[in-house]
Amino acid sequence: MALLSIDQVSVAYDKVEAVRGVSLAIEPGQIVTVIGPNGAGKTTLLGAAIGLLPWRGRMSFDGIDLRRLDVEARIERGFCLVPETRELFGDLSVSDNLLLGGYSRRRDSAGLKQSLADVYKRFPRLDERRNQKASTLSGGERQMLALGRALMAKPRLLMLDEPSLGLAPIIVREVFKIIASLRELGVSILLVEQNARAALETADFGYVLETGEIVHSGAAADLMHDPRVTASYLGGH
Amino acid sequence: MTRLQFHLVAAAGVLLLALAPALLSPFSITLMNFIGIYALAVLGLVLLSGIGGMLSFGQAAFVGIAAYATAWLTVKAGYSPWIGLVVGVVLTGLVAAILGAVTLRLGGHFLSLSTIAWGLATYFLFGNVPMLGQYNGISEIPPISIGGYALSSSNSIYYLIWVFVIVSLVLSANLLDSREGRAVRALRGGQVMTESLGINPFRVKLITFVIAALLSALSGWLYAHMSRFVSPAPFDVSVGILYLLMAMVGGMAYLSGAIVGAAVVTLLKNSIQDWLPVISPGASGQLEVIVFSVLFILVLQRARAGIVPLALRWLPRVQPTPPLASGSLVHRQQPERGQPILTIAGATRRFGGLLAVDNVSFEVKAGEILGLIGPNGAGKTTMFNLITGALPLNQGRISFLGQDISRHAQRQIARAGIARTFQHVKLRKTMTLLDTVLLGTYGRTSSGFFAGVLRLDRAEEARAQAEAMRQLQRVGLADRAFELAGNLPLGNQRLLEIARALAADPALLVLDEPAAGLRSAEKAELAHLLEALRAEGLSILLVEHDMDFVMGLVDRTVVMDFGAKLCEGTPAVVRSDPRVQEAYLGGVA
Amino acid sequence: MNGEIAAILAMDGIASGAIYVLIGLGLVLIFAVTRVIFVPFGDIAAFTALSLASLETGGRPGTVGLVAVLAVLATAVEAVALVRNRAFHRLPRALLFYLVLPLIPAAAVWFAAGTTFSMPVRIVLSLALVLPIAPLLDRIVFRPIADASVLLLLTVAVALHFALSGLGLMFFGPEGVRTKPLTDAVFDVAGLIVNGQMLLILAASIVFCGLLFLYFEFTIQGKALRATAVNRVGARLVGIRPTSTGTIAYLLASLLAGISGVLIAPVTTIFYDSGFLLGLKAFVGAIIGAMVSYPVTALGAVMVGLLESFTSFWLSAYKEVLVFSLLIPVLLWRSLAFAGTEEEEAEE
Repeated sequence: MALLSIDQVSVAYDKVEAVRGVSLAIEPGQIVTVIGPNGAGKTTLLGAAIGLLPWRGRMSFDGIDLRRLDVEARIERGFCLVPETRELFGDLSVSDNLLLGGYSRRRDSAGLKQSLADVYKRFPRLDERRNQKASTLSGGERQMLALGRALMAKPRLLMLDEPSLGLAPIIVREVFKIIASLRELGVSILLVEQNARAALETADFGYVLETGEIVHSGAAADLMHDPRVTASYLGGH
Repeated sequence: MTRLQFHLVAAAGVLLLALAPALLSPFSITLMNFIGIYALAVLGLVLLSGIGGMLSFGQAAFVGIAAYATAWLTVKAGYSPWIGLVVGVVLTGLVAAILGAVTLRLGGHFLSLSTIAWGLATYFLFGNVPMLGQYNGISEIPPISIGGYALSSSNSIYYLIWVFVIVSLVLSANLLDSREGRAVRALRGGQVMTESLGINPFRVKLITFVIAALLSALSGWLYAHMSRFVSPAPFDVSVGILYLLMAMVGGMAYLSGAIVGAAVVTLLKNSIQDWLPVISPGASGQLEVIVFSVLFILVLQRARAGIVPLALRWLPRVQPTPPLASGSLVHRQQPERGQPILTIAGATRRFGGLLAVDNVSFEVKAGEILGLIGPNGAGKTTMFNLITGALPLNQGRISFLGQDISRHAQRQIARAGIARTFQHVKLRKTMTLLDTVLLGTYGRTSSGFFAGVLRLDRAEEARAQAEAMRQLQRVGLADRAFELAGNLPLGNQRLLEIARALAADPALLVLDEPAAGLRSAEKAELAHLLEALRAEGLSILLVEHDMDFVMGLVDRTVVMDFGAKLCEGTPAVVRSDPRVQEAYLGGVA
Repeated sequence: MNGEIAAILAMDGIASGAIYVLIGLGLVLIFAVTRVIFVPFGDIAAFTALSLASLETGGRPGTVGLVAVLAVLATAVEAVALVRNRAFHRLPRALLFYLVLPLIPAAAVWFAAGTTFSMPVRIVLSLALVLPIAPLLDRIVFRPIADASVLLLLTVAVALHFALSGLGLMFFGPEGVRTKPLTDAVFDVAGLIVNGQMLLILAASIVFCGLLFLYFEFTIQGKALRATAVNRVGARLVGIRPTSTGTIAYLLASLLAGISGVLIAPVTTIFYDSGFLLGLKAFVGAIIGAMVSYPVTALGAVMVGLLESFTSFWLSAYKEVLVFSLLIPVLLWRSLAFAGTEEEEAEE
């Protein structure tokens, strides 16, 4: 059974439909990517999936109808989002940000301590800056903090919106390495990216979203060589 | 319904109003008088809060200033009520101008909080100044007399009140249908939008604030001479809230909402006063307050739009008058093709420790389309904001048509001839397409508030309308000129923004990601339009993410990455540059 | 005015300032977490004082009726919302939180009418009576429009103030009350008579500010409150429910206001509508702190207390005029200091 199943989902702002009849599925342990140009509706799709935007259609997580879960209940069940805007707590310290990442597990203080140590081990930069306010971090560090904060919730499915956004190439590489390594923790990932090549190299399966609709889908390796995809997204002119 | 039919209905309404004293009981006329007096103050509130977006809890204080002014002048100094009117209006206008000058730069809720503050301060002032009778107030105010005839009965002052109401309503409607009135209606779109159209939002806010206060002053003057007694209570913040309730019930966004709301709430108040003592003889006073507050909260929770928009759905629509469309506005002489029109030299902008734009230099030449591209987060939007003046430069220099604009405010830059569009379309959803594009002509026209109110602006207005229709035609939206901007699909909204920008007759058009979210057919249409504009000699700077769209269209491209300029050249040169491949096209391997 | 009068006025000002500090911090707390500028907040303080006075004479405080009305309303609103969403399984929990819990102290006081309690019990009881009011109002009035603009929430809050003042008159009547002093101690400090009540006010104010600080710095709930204030979307994304943190904020703030009510009850005569002015003066302090800074709010509230105390010596009739006029230059300074923050409004 798919961990996340999205079936014929549409999302509208006022009268404009930003996502139209999108269907996709993520199996446990899979990394799935959605690529597409700016304004294609990728971020909107993730916003609807996490419950921040109203939507029509059917969605379920781990067999539970998502209409029955609010955002917070999704987080408690291990369905998390790292949004494009990161949404860190700028006025709070790095360690407080991480601690609050584990808010849904706040009664498990031993587990939280362990997770915190794991995150610091994975991101030594965050350990160095644990008492600094989140707003003083650089772009790359922010992205690490956003990832670390999400990991504190012990996610089973993590949705990442443009994790490479605004990062230097060397940091982008690092971020994708981390994403690939999350698979070993058993975390499934839905990755939304404009950096199509890096995304397809990391993912198992890919979808191409254009003006709110899925126009191609397939194994990531196949999409990499699909002429329709290479022409538009991989700079193969 | 045609325009003529509308005028006939309006005339019939006025006739009915005129006949009312013959048809209704004296008590009903007294109620009508109160409705008219409230409607005047609420009309100001609708202009200020519903249309201009400045929510005020303190309008009752302005009513009070004029009422006390005329009360004191007529009772203590023995002047005629007409002197009281003049002094009351002037005094209220002065106080409003001072309060407005001090508080109108405040954003959103802070502005509204300040209205509570001065509303309360004024109330306590009335209650403590011995000259004004403290909490006992001033009584035995003489009636207004016209040509020796004293308007001392309800029936006689009735006409005066409703003449004031109808004249104010017509003049306010005139205002909203004029150049400055459109600026008032645009205020809620935010400072960046209004400034980009060459409007000085602070000035427009201040004048609107004073106009609203003056309408309150008229209300206060009539109130003082009708009830022949003033005390602090009717000018408290709680009454300011009652005005707000009236405006909301009627419909904050409609001038007619003022009269409808004043009537509904006044009649309701009256009937509540009738039946509350029956239910609870001892506690009717506080019950009334509770009932009204609860009612207000329910209106705010469930029916914020009010009665008028509901009623309009059932009433026939008045056919729009086709624009007069005669003559044309003066057009600028575009600079000679190939001349540098915009020069950016060493532009730098920091946010905290982050260098968002790092020493960037480039030029836009007259008659070309220049693309500014780069991955998300490369600093394109910051660069855009530096050019349009939405952000100040930290270092560097930007000159436009030979003039240094580095330190210019947004609206000065707009007036110098740079027109822009927005990545997230900034339109007023409830304005028609024609009015939206007319906003663009603001910087090319000059009729002020007075001219608008008194309809002295019609010749210029006709020229502006002709211009606006021409721009709508150009983007292919002319046949929908009287539809509301909010009803257009996104692609057309972008075209509408371009038409609005073109109506300013710019030398340079700067577009912020105009293709984002468009379908391929819409993109093709947009590209076609931009090519046509270039052929007419307009220069265009295009900030875009969509490579295909940019490369097929532009003459030259500047590529930014990490805040710095990566390279510059024709599309072919840029495309083959390995640095661009790496940075932009995702060369992570 | 000589030095001694100045010292007395200063002491007076600081004491009333300390009262405003507690209320002002509550206002900031509620605003930060819920975006509601809770205009009727001073009423919570006044209602505590009125309840305390009523318990002192062995009566049944009007708060009982008020809480009962609000609890029934809130339960009804919640039940309708749950039934609409077909979430029947959450009904028992809703009954517990919106009906049973708020009514426990009310019922206790109702059935114990006539018994005279000791001072500490009276204080605890009146605080417990008053605590549910703000969270219940939140459920009834604000939660249905939680996503509305700050401006709309403010308008609702102002309307709510008038509803509450009407209800206050209905349940408490028009009589003013003054409770017995909490302490009769009087000290002589360098020739100046300082009464114990004043010191108590100061001490309580300082202690509760300290406790609030500790709560924010060292507990995960406190941090969750700050997180909600800093970034609501971010808070939701880590599983913090803004409605829950909102309720906690209302409870905590009500506790602060309640304590200020207990402290002020013996020194000032309190009427059903005294809360409005109390709240507004605290509010001036909160605005000096731009509705975000706790320390600046505290400082601002003390300034208001001092201003009020000194003007009541020179120009007592214009005390209120001056306090509220002070807001305008403060706001102006704020607007100049924080220029350039664009706020756009959605079309309603």
